[in-house]
Amino acid sequence: MTAPSIETRDLTIRFGGHTAVDAVSCAFQPGELTVIVGPNGAGKTTYFSLISGQLAPSEGRILKGGDDITRLSPSARAKAGIGRAFQLTNLFPKLSVLENVRLAVQAKHGIGPRLFRPASSFRTVADKAYQHLKATRLDDVAGLPAAALPHGDQRKLEVALLLAMEPDIFMFDEPTAGMSVDEAPVILELIDEIRKDTSKTVLLVEHKMDVVRALADRIIVLNNGELVADGPPEEVIAMPIVREIYLGIPADEAAA
Amino acid sequence: MTDTAISSAPPADRGRTGRMIVYAVVFAIGLALAFAPFLFQDVRSSQVAARICVFIVLAASYDLLIGYTGIVSFAHTMFFGLGAYGAAIALKGMGPGWSAVLVGGGAGVIVAIVLAVLIGVLSLRVKAIFFAMVTLAAASVMMVLASQFSQFTGGEDGIVYKAPDLFKPAAKLLTDGDGKVLKLFGVSMNGKIAAYYFVFLCCFVLFLALIRIVRSPLGTVLEAIRENEMRAEAIGYRVVAYRTSVFVIAAVIASLAGTVWAVWLKYTGPETTLSFAIMIDILLMVVIGGMGTMVGAVIGVVLMSLAQFYLKDLMEAASSATANIPLVPNLLDPDRWLLWLGILFILLVYFFPAGIAGTLMKKGSHR
Repeated sequence: MTAPSIETRDLTIRFGGHTAVDAVSCAFQPGELTVIVGPNGAGKTTYFSLISGQLAPSEGRILKGGDDITRLSPSARAKAGIGRAFQLTNLFPKLSVLENVRLAVQAKHGIGPRLFRPASSFRTVADKAYQHLKATRLDDVAGLPAAALPHGDQRKLEVALLLAMEPDIFMFDEPTAGMSVDEAPVILELIDEIRKDTSKTVLLVEHKMDVVRALADRIIVLNNGELVADGPPEEVIAMPIVREIYLGIPADEAAA
Repeated sequence: MTDTAISSAPPADRGRTGRMIVYAVVFAIGLALAFAPFLFQDVRSSQVAARICVFIVLAASYDLLIGYTGIVSFAHTMFFGLGAYGAAIALKGMGPGWSAVLVGGGAGVIVAIVLAVLIGVLSLRVKAIFFAMVTLAAASVMMVLASQFSQFTGGEDGIVYKAPDLFKPAAKLLTDGDGKVLKLFGVSMNGKIAAYYFVFLCCFVLFLALIRIVRSPLGTVLEAIRENEMRAEAIGYRVVAYRTSVFVIAAVIASLAGTVWAVWLKYTGPETTLSFAIMIDILLMVVIGGMGTMVGAVIGVVLMSLAQFYLKDLMEAASSATANIPLVPNLLDPDRWLLWLGILFILLVYFFPAGIAGTLMKKGSHR
C-alpha cells in the first residue's frame, strides 16, 4: 500500500494548560474527501494550522507521502503541495483581486524573485490567475482591491487563492460560511470537482449537514481536541456521541 | 450582476485624475532636473538640484523598505554613509580618478551588503519594533566608528578630497575654434556641467531600477508581505528571505547614492551622510510624498529640499515687505523658519494623510 498523502501521528498542541489538539492520529488518502466536524472550540482550525504549519505541535509528527514535514516552515509546506483556505478571510486587502491570485500562481511557478521584468509581462501567470477567477466567478471584479469586495466574494477569493496554489492537499475551513444561498453552490461545485480528481486529497471543515452529506467520503469528529469518531458518513452521523455533541442529546437518550 | 458592474467602475476612475496630476508633476520635476544647469545658473541652485537628485534615490530606496515591504529601518543613512566614506577614503588615498571612485564605491557596496545580510538574517525574524531598534543601534555604532577612526575618516571634521579631473571647473568639455570653453545657451561646458550630469544620470538610472523592481513580481510579493505576512508565507513565500533581500537591495542602492553624493560634494563628513537629522529628513520626505508609491519620494524630496533651502529667503522677503505692520514681520522673521516648516508639515499630513502622491493616487500603505 502506498503511503497516505497526509498523516498525523499523536499530534498534540498545548497552550498553557489547555490541550487544543490531543494526540490525533489520522491518515488521509488521495482521492478522498474527509469532512471534519465538531463543536466550536473542538480544535478543528487548530488541527488545520498544525498541518499547514502556522502552529508548531507540542508533540507528534506530520507526514506527507511518508516524509516527515513536522519541522518545515509554512512556505515550505505550501511548496510541498499543502494548500489551505482560511476560515477568517485572510487576504491582501489593498492589492487587487487579480494581484491576490497572481501572487499565489507566481509562488507556485517560482517567479517571485524575478527583479527586472514588469509583473504584468508574465502572460501565462496572468492567464492562469484569470482562469481561477473565472472558476470562482470573480472575473468581473478582478481590478478591485480585495478589501472592497463584499463578504461573500472575499470568501470566494479565499478559495481562488487555494486553487491557484495547485496543491495536492486542499484544506477548506468552512468555505461557505457567510455566503449567500446563491453563492455557496459555486464553491461546493468546485470542491466536488476537486474531489473527482483521484490524486487530490480534500479536508473540509463544515457545519452544514446537507453539505456534509452531499460531499463527504468520510467524516472524522473532533471534540475537546480528541478524535472521537472516524468512518463513512452515514455511520458517523448515526453515532450517539455525534448526536450528543451536535444536538446536545445525551447518548442514552439518543440511543433510546 | 449589475451591482458588481457599478461598484467596479468608479474605483478605477477615482484615482485616475489624481494619478495624471502626480505623473505630470513628477515628469515636470524630471525635466527641470534634466535641464537644471540651463534653467538655474547660480551655484546654490545647482547644489540644490544635485541634492534633490541624490535624495530622490535615497528616499525612494527607503520607500522600498518602509512603504512597500513595511520594514522600519533607521540604518538607511548608515548605508548611504558607507558608499560616501568608501569613495571619500579612496579618493583621498588613491588621488582623484575613476579607479578610486570604483574601488571606494565598490568597497562601500560590499560592506553594505555584508552588514545588511547580517542585520537582516539576525533580526528580520523579530517584531518590527525590535528590528527598528537594531538598525538604530547599528547606525549609532557606525557614527561612533566614523568619529573615532579619525585617521581614516577625518572624525567629526570629515574628509576633503578632489573629484576626478573631468569634474574640475577648469575642465573643458567642448571648445570653440580658439580652444576656449564653448558656451551653450549661456552656460559654459565645463567640469561643473559634467559633474552635475554625472549625478543626474546615475540617480536617474538608480531610480529607474527601483521603479522596475516595484513593478516586477518581486514588488507584488513585497506588498503582499506588508499587507499580510502570514498569508504570504502560507501561499509559499519565505518571508524572511524576501525581507532580507529587499533590505540588501535598498542598502546597495543607498550606498551607491552615497558614492555619487561624495563625488559631487568633494567632502564627506558625519553631517552630510551619517547624521540622524538626514535619517529624519528621508523619513519625512517619504511620508510627505506618500509611502508605497515610489513617485511620492520625488515629490517629497523636492518639497522638503525647496523648503529647507528657500523658505528662509521667502520669509526674509515677506518680513521686509511687511516691515510697517506690527507683529507680522516678527512672525515672518527668517529665524522662525523651522516653526513655519513644522506648520507646513502638520497641514500636509492633515490634508494628505497618505502623503501627497498616495492621497492623490488612492494608493499606498496608509488607509
